[in-house]
Amino acid sequence: MRTIWFLGAAMILVVSGGMAIAESPVDPAAVKSEDGKYLDKEGNPTFKVASDGTVDWYTYSGYRRYHSECHVCHGPDGMGSTYAPALTESLKTMSYGDFMNVVASGRQNGNSVMPALGDNPNVACYMDDLYVYLRARANDAVGRVRPAKKEDKPEAYTQAENSCMAKR
Amino acid sequence: MRKVLLATLGSIAVLTAGGALANDELIKMSQNPKDWVMPAGDYANTRYSKLNQITAANVGKLQVAWTFSTGVLRGHEGGPLIIGNMMYVHTPFPNKVYALDLSKDNHIVWKYEPKQDPNVIPVMCCDTVNRGVAYGDGKIFLHQADTTLVALDAKTGKVEWSVKNGDPGKGATGTSSPLVIKDKVLVGISGGEFGVQCHVTAYDLKSGKQVWRAFSEGPDDQIMVDPASTTELGKPVGKDSSIKTWQGDQWKIGGGCTWGWLSYDPAVNLVYYGSGNPSTWNPKQRPGDNKWSMTIFARNADTGMAKWVYQMTPHDEWDYDGVNEMILSDQQMGGAERKLLTHFDRNGLGYTLDRITGELLIAEKYDPKVNWTTGVDMNKSSPTYGRPKVVDQYSTEKGGEDKNTKGICPAALGTKDEQPAAYSPDTQLFYVPTNHVCMDYEPFKVSYTAGQPYVGATLSMYPPPGESHMGNFIAWDNKTGKIVWSNKEQFSVWSGALATAGGVVFYGTLEGYLKAVDAKTGKELYKFRTPSGIIGNVTTYEQGGRQYIAVLSGVGGWAGIGLAAGLTDPTDGLGAVGGYAALSNYTALGGSLTVFALPQ
Repeated sequence: MRTIWFLGAAMILVVSGGMAIAESPVDPAAVKSEDGKYLDKEGNPTFKVASDGTVDWYTYSGYRRYHSECHVCHGPDGMGSTYAPALTESLKTMSYGDFMNVVASGRQNGNSVMPALGDNPNVACYMDDLYVYLRARANDAVGRVRPAKKEDKPEAYTQAENSCMAKR
Repeated sequence: MRKVLLATLGSIAVLTAGGALANDELIKMSQNPKDWVMPAGDYANTRYSKLNQITAANVGKLQVAWTFSTGVLRGHEGGPLIIGNMMYVHTPFPNKVYALDLSKDNHIVWKYEPKQDPNVIPVMCCDTVNRGVAYGDGKIFLHQADTTLVALDAKTGKVEWSVKNGDPGKGATGTSSPLVIKDKVLVGISGGEFGVQCHVTAYDLKSGKQVWRAFSEGPDDQIMVDPASTTELGKPVGKDSSIKTWQGDQWKIGGGCTWGWLSYDPAVNLVYYGSGNPSTWNPKQRPGDNKWSMTIFARNADTGMAKWVYQMTPHDEWDYDGVNEMILSDQQMGGAERKLLTHFDRNGLGYTLDRITGELLIAEKYDPKVNWTTGVDMNKSSPTYGRPKVVDQYSTEKGGEDKNTKGICPAALGTKDEQPAAYSPDTQLFYVPTNHVCMDYEPFKVSYTAGQPYVGATLSMYPPPGESHMGNFIAWDNKTGKIVWSNKEQFSVWSGALATAGGVVFYGTLEGYLKAVDAKTGKELYKFRTPSGIIGNVTTYEQGGRQYIAVLSGVGGWAGIGLAAGLTDPTDGLGAVGGYAALSNYTALGGSLTVFALPQ
């Protein structure tokens, strides 16, 4: 009995140790919303999918922006290509901060190069949209499909979008 | 005075002779079936070989003779050159070139690897491909990803000269094969998804000095047309033919990129090629016909001046680049011997034109599912003569911004992309690798930043409703505009075809099969699974009395982006990956050359 308890404790320690090394994903549940943008308990943008399949505006917008700017390397629906990773996998553990950083500043892994898109308004003005959509995909909240039903585009969003695109 | 005149005449004669020598040498070499001396096989881009050791009767016995790893992964487009006992193999980025001695057990005599900034990689829209090197005047010409055109001594690999053809900082990159014509080497440029004002440039073979540069859009002097003598469908194009079809200064970021194949008719000294999509993918942001994007050009090889042009897809709404190869053939049509140009466009129409005058003879769908147009107006007296009639339902312009226009066939990757077809003078048939994919396309407003993608459309692709195969390999009659036979393939056929006098046609599949079919019937005669998906062009040569078939394997290119994860059924509300295969279940990355021959 003692041996089993000891082994069990050892296993739990090993497993916890393993998890501590990897990033533990934050619970993506939306706890509040601001102007049509949903936030998780850490205050980072997240998705909201109603029981009838209606998605929040950012998830829908992210689908469109992804398939214009990111699809060309990362494949359809975040599924990856022969050379760029499946973001449905990456976003399982990648934090909001890391995502913003990589998209804005780029990343190089030998001859595998992610461009810096921070100066590209077509991406930079839609970072949250992209993050929310890919987070939804990574959490299986949205399938490999163009979201059919969506919440309306928030007024505050339109203002922010126009202001961001006009600046650049 | 006489002495000066004689001396001048003498030097002119020498210059001309020098140019003529390079010209004659290459023409002669391209007629030697043992060699494969230019990227498309010959100046006419036929991809046809007179070699007939391998026949429809014996190709079933084909075996792998030798293999070579390129040392590089990602999409391997193009194919090797074979000149005498030397084979020149190229790779995707970093664009290595190997010179192998086929008479000495394929020993690597030299290799060249340019130093390039890896930051050019993300500026390449559709994988880090390269379509192959060119040869002329004892030199190997490589068009690098960073747009550098470099001339290497064919014997030693040493750099003889090097020029920068464009600016990756502004989104320009290099993927196409150069072509040596007389005393010049011609090269195009990529960047249609980055708002580059693209061009074809001719450099002096010996020095690398720029001789002429012709842009695809812009003022008349930049696009090198003569308003009075350059014609489209028999009519002079007139002054400002390009800029008056663009709003304001948009032509400066207009695209019209020239990343496809070049062909050449020495008898009339005309070089033929096509231009790609206008920037952006959002048609509402660039009103006008956007000339001369999506255009077939016939230019004087010495001066660059356009003799005739023909725009296939005015005011493009679907990204149907016009860059595919222009195959030149002399055939009987309507009881007369005609000098023809045949072109399988991304837009799904197979065109046959008179290559001397630019007269349009045939424009027919080479995939029955093509639906964005009901056809080209062939009535010479009609005000819309030569223009395709656009179907409103599939017009993304009509649908407008932020509206998802659905069910357009073909998808943006076209009924055929750069993967070149072959022509056999024996059967007078064209052998065409095709894509069988449709799309939803939603344009939206985007803003231009130099060096950043300037796209502006959301894309979703799937096989035609009710079908599950994504490709066909077809035989086409260019005189009647009809499909003669069609072989279904699970995936798009993304390799270049090869036709031979042995009555065999070869192509490669995305799963990695090298296939041989009967040129007359299309019956499959042989297949072999190479290490990775094939997007390269099948090539043939003879060495030591044996005929060899060579093809690069290494999945990637646009097919590797769009098809890796599998396509989804748009009618399935849950977006399940229906019955459509995912390419990633069939192949992984690779980089190798497989060479086949009959057993000894």
